[in-house]
Amino acid sequence: MFGKLTLSAIPFDQPIIMGTLLMVMLGGAALLGFVTYQRKWAYLWSEWFTTVDHKKIGVMYIIMALVMLLRGFADAIMMRTQQAMASADAAGYLPPHHFDQVFTAHGDIMIFFMAMPFITGLMNLVVPLQIGARDVAYPFLNSLSFWLTAGGVVLIMASLFIGDFAATGWLAYPPLSELKYSPTVGVDYYIWSLQLSGLGTTLSGINFIVTILKMRAPGMTLMKMPVFTWTALVTNILIVAAFPVLTVALALLGADRYLGMHFFTNDAGGNAMMYVNLIWIWGHPEVYILILPCFGAYSEIIATFSGKPLFGYKSMVYATAAIGVLSFLVWLHHFFTMGSGASVNAFFGIMTMIISVPTGVKLFNWLFTMYRGRVRFTVPVLWTIGFMVTFVIGGVTGVLMAVPGADFVLHNSLFLIAHFHNTIIGGVVFGCLAAMNYWFPKAFGFKLAERWGKASFWCWLVGFYVAFMPLYILGLKGMTRRMNHYANPDWQPYLIVALIGAVIILFGIFFTVLQLYVSVRDRVTLRDPSGDPWGGRTLEWSTSSPAPFYNFAVLPQVRQLDQFWTDKQDGVAYMRPNRYEDIHMPRNTGVGVFMGLFGVVLGFALVWHIWWMAALGLAGMVGSFLVRVYDRDIDYWVPAAEVERIERARLAPLQKVGLVTVAVPADDEQKAA
Amino acid sequence: MKFKAVIPRLRYAGVSAFLFLAGCSTEVLNPKGDIGAQEKSLILIALGLMAIVAVPVIVMTLVFAWRYRAGNKKARYAPNWSHSTAIEVVVWSVPAVIIAILAAITWHTSHTLDPYKPLASKAKPVTIEAVALDWKWLFIYPDQGIATVNQIAFPTDVPVNFHITSDSVMNAFFIPQLGSQIYAMAGMETQLHLIAREPGTYAGLSSNYSGAGFSDMHFQAIATSQQGFDAWVAKVKAQAKTLDNITYEALAKPSEKNPVAYYGQVSPGLFAGVIGKYMGDTSLGGQCAGKQAQVAALPSNHTHAKAAE
Repeated sequence: MFGKLTLSAIPFDQPIIMGTLLMVMLGGAALLGFVTYQRKWAYLWSEWFTTVDHKKIGVMYIIMALVMLLRGFADAIMMRTQQAMASADAAGYLPPHHFDQVFTAHGDIMIFFMAMPFITGLMNLVVPLQIGARDVAYPFLNSLSFWLTAGGVVLIMASLFIGDFAATGWLAYPPLSELKYSPTVGVDYYIWSLQLSGLGTTLSGINFIVTILKMRAPGMTLMKMPVFTWTALVTNILIVAAFPVLTVALALLGADRYLGMHFFTNDAGGNAMMYVNLIWIWGHPEVYILILPCFGAYSEIIATFSGKPLFGYKSMVYATAAIGVLSFLVWLHHFFTMGSGASVNAFFGIMTMIISVPTGVKLFNWLFTMYRGRVRFTVPVLWTIGFMVTFVIGGVTGVLMAVPGADFVLHNSLFLIAHFHNTIIGGVVFGCLAAMNYWFPKAFGFKLAERWGKASFWCWLVGFYVAFMPLYILGLKGMTRRMNHYANPDWQPYLIVALIGAVIILFGIFFTVLQLYVSVRDRVTLRDPSGDPWGGRTLEWSTSSPAPFYNFAVLPQVRQLDQFWTDKQDGVAYMRPNRYEDIHMPRNTGVGVFMGLFGVVLGFALVWHIWWMAALGLAGMVGSFLVRVYDRDIDYWVPAAEVERIERARLAPLQKVGLVTVAVPADDEQKAA
Repeated sequence: MKFKAVIPRLRYAGVSAFLFLAGCSTEVLNPKGDIGAQEKSLILIALGLMAIVAVPVIVMTLVFAWRYRAGNKKARYAPNWSHSTAIEVVVWSVPAVIIAILAAITWHTSHTLDPYKPLASKAKPVTIEAVALDWKWLFIYPDQGIATVNQIAFPTDVPVNFHITSDSVMNAFFIPQLGSQIYAMAGMETQLHLIAREPGTYAGLSSNYSGAGFSDMHFQAIATSQQGFDAWVAKVKAQAKTLDNITYEALAKPSEKNPVAYYGQVSPGLFAGVIGKYMGDTSLGGQCAGKQAQVAALPSNHTHAKAAE
């Protein structure tokens, strides 16, 4: 009846897990109780869960990412504590079986359920506004993508309390991840949570490519797109090209585990090297999928706060595109030590270091954007400068490891761990937090409190260096990754320093949470009445904060890069048209929520081999989709009068300060033409 | 070539960049053999080359940010300046030139440091066959007819040819102070060639996570004189234990924190059998049935694991 699932799947004997479960249950109950007490269920359902508004979906993605950051960081600090304790073969407090799940979950959660939702959320929030569109191309698909990703989150979180998670490392290399060596449900949780969220990511990739290519405001040619949108376009092309490879690799691994096939097993002709190749053909583009939108965010931030256009826009666009193409030609550098020939290794090493050229150009472009500018040291700028310095170090160690001869002694060591945290924390996390501080007013209508934002930045920056510089040294001292305990007592002092660094980062996270709390509390004083709190250059700042649900009452006309900046210079940025028109908008739908829910049911049932439940989950997903397919009531018109009412209320304060100009009547315009 | 003259200086730059490490003994930067020494100098040259761009970028970031801070009204403000062909040429070409130099070095060293490349030496190499098991290392000396667990010995100044496989999941064979590591994979043979120049006992480990007992999967690598090596072989040979199919099957069962063990005798062809059994040959160590599988598993002595190419 319940497949492999029995009551013994819940690890009652693990005090750490049970304590966490208790806290999650208490916290969850408190949250549910609070929502019920406030009578907010209907509001949450109709305004948020069922929304197809890209801005709200973006906000939900980012909230999910922040929650998962807490989970992933809890894993991180557990690992740091274990390694700081387990010197000279001391056991520490985490037995290998638990520790191995923790580092696996840390990697998967941080990449798939923290970084990916964060950048997807940012693209959702910003891209349609930057290109002057009213929504994405496929609003329902967008909602579905979010709920599938959320389904993946539910599954991976469930693995903490029911059964176990993979103890294989974050990429689940076979043969270790095969049934023979990992007989529990851990790897199955891994497969299905990633398949579910991966499907969501692929769909959202398609959505954004179409949105960017087909829905730009009139006059916005590709070379007039803001740089963030450019990076989003390249990232989504990478998603659509790379994620199906992940899906296939995991499906083949699943076929081995569920159907007794032998794609990657040791015996019967299987070959684990094929999986390693496939997973990195996805995995290397994946790191650029994460970093490129962050590069875009840094570009917008540095230009805005330097009061200058981005230096070398064309260079930046070509550099981004070049990185996108090259990212598919470097995957083998993740396993130079597999025994490929010298020429193969050298080819992939050289391709890898070539990527550092366009990346280096980007850094110079940001530098020369500040040059002869007026740099305001706001929170987003601090993150950007912190990134520029930190990322250079990460880039240098990355290129070093691209030299096969050097990689032969650095591979799989803590030097590698330090390197990729250097780029992912210094690049992606800094970028996400910079972007969050930068675009927050556009989502909520008020700015984030500077003081705690700065405190958070300094803790993250200092904490990062204290936590990861010792790991570079440990790598050179021959310490390999994923060790539960170690014999060499020389390593311990460095690991204690690294733990202190992690604690400093903990304060950074705490200050970010505090910053959010204080900002919500002080939202009236932090309000952004103009919609343009930073002196922005791109279209998202031309509409109100928060942006109205239809984004733009009148679609903007674009003649050049940084159109909004020019419009402000010319005094025509806040134009009141003489006549508003009806606006066509998509209607909210709960189908995405149901498909996500049934997806969880399907995934959970597959994990535990509960076949009737799997059939139910699949039927539910297909059924919900069919309901949607035959639903004809998917859109509506916002009457012009309603638009006018909203716009008048918004423009009134701007009119007082004389910012608003009135458009030439339409018939005059026709005469002139 | 011109850049060769620059290399000692770059090395110096790299050395000074890593000066803070001088205080602590780092195994990788304190190699005891030729391969490790070349890899160390490669690391320092590469770091020195990259420092040419990296250091100015970091300095310029901080200097520009400070000089052009909004509060500094003395600095020139050019609100529309966003293009300079001269700067663009420099920022594309300088990194490109450095990467071109590094690429040349990479191509060259990828071949000289190829783990599969036998080391040139007048001395007759020692051959060691390594099998990664859950969770210990089995070493077979085919020429001496002995086997050990979690310990190897070899003479200094004599090349050591490792033939490596796994009878379980993926591992990596690594002695940080001697240089390169290479994966150990079931059904396949990988190769590694090392040489030690100084006697000593060096830490060896698996550097690829392989499951619950992974953290204890380390071994000792003893580099000693020829006499010391001969004495060590004699000591192992004196052990009455024999490694044959039956004792091997027992040893191959998962176990953790295995002590060093010696086998005075070993059935011939055992290593090929371990590889062959995943290639359709079920008779472990079988000499007849093993032949064909062996051919498939070991394309030839000095080619690489096939599917990796």
